Amino acid sequence: MTDPGLKDIWVYLSASPLLGLTITLVAYGLAYRLYLRSNSNPLANPVVTSVAMLIALLLVTNTSYNDYFEGGQFVHFLLGPATVALAVPLYQQFSRLRQLWLPVTISLICGVLIAAGSSIGLAWLLGGSLEIQMSLAPKSATAPVAMGISEKIGGLPSLTAVLTVATGITGAVLGTKLFEWFRVKDDAAKGIAMGVAAHGIGTARAFQVSSQMGAFSGLAMALSAFATALIVPWLVDWMQMLF
Amino acid sequence: MQFLNGITLLLVYQLVGEITVRLAGVPIPGPVLGMVMLFITLWLRGRTPDSVEQASSALLAHLSLLFVPAGVGMMAHFDRIADEWLPIALALLLSTVITMIATALIMQLTTRWLVRSGDSAPGGPEQ
Repeated sequence: MTDPGLKDIWVYLSASPLLGLTITLVAYGLAYRLYLRSNSNPLANPVVTSVAMLIALLLVTNTSYNDYFEGGQFVHFLLGPATVALAVPLYQQFSRLRQLWLPVTISLICGVLIAAGSSIGLAWLLGGSLEIQMSLAPKSATAPVAMGISEKIGGLPSLTAVLTVATGITGAVLGTKLFEWFRVKDDAAKGIAMGVAAHGIGTARAFQVSSQMGAFSGLAMALSAFATALIVPWLVDWMQMLF
Repeated sequence: MQFLNGITLLLVYQLVGEITVRLAGVPIPGPVLGMVMLFITLWLRGRTPDSVEQASSALLAHLSLLFVPAGVGMMAHFDRIADEWLPIALALLLSTVITMIATALIMQLTTRWLVRSGDSAPGGPEQ
């Protein structure tokens, strides 16, 4: 960048949110095309590919995360209204829930307790710091909810966001194999497990298997977002009193 | 205009949720309370207005895009993740696997025990 004109343009761009916002959308567009071309292989998850591309770009151009987030925050902000929007599929699937409300309620409460309890317990056993334990605790809830809970219980919200995305991908990749090994046959049970363990990324995968599994997964994701927000802060208090 | 109305409504519910959570001091994220309030509204009205339907499917269709800026935040945590990569990776993997299996088995068993076979629930008792 010896040309003074180019340098001026770079100074303008790196201080403006325009660049961060644009590269986020371009990277996601490319990643999504790659995902479709791989026949929706769960390993080519568009979140992973676009995050990798963006991090590489920021490191190469020596741009800080804060400068990038000036633009990225406009996309990030939409997680709030998207959480509110989950009420719509939840309402539309409400009639399916009537018949199964008792099994769904029991599985949901157990699932949320197991997700948070096992991640805190395992991280503690393996020597993870308290901050890591708290950042892992809400990882199975959808990202905006998990970040809100993480902040309240003493984790790092931005680390939780990363761990939540990683959890969703893990669940989406392993889910169907696990159901096969453990002989889970009901689509309702598979869907609920996907939604509870792997939130939105798992739900996207469930829809590829069958629409019934996807519907139950979406339902479980919305309900467990709420259940996690209610149960996890209380569980953390209780576990801290005990140990 | 429909889409704009829908987005506005979602933001209004989020705003009311955020304010209520702060006033009441409850440990629930504001958008989650907004979601519950919107759900109750839809339930009482008995249908989803087109505007809300449009805005919500547009947002949820690209839900994974919304995770990207947060995911890039990983670069701000490289050091911490490098320091504690083993507990992080193992706890995340094992806990996700355990949760997935346990939830599926609990749901399958409780459905068989608690839902009468005459109701023929989706994928009900078969064996």
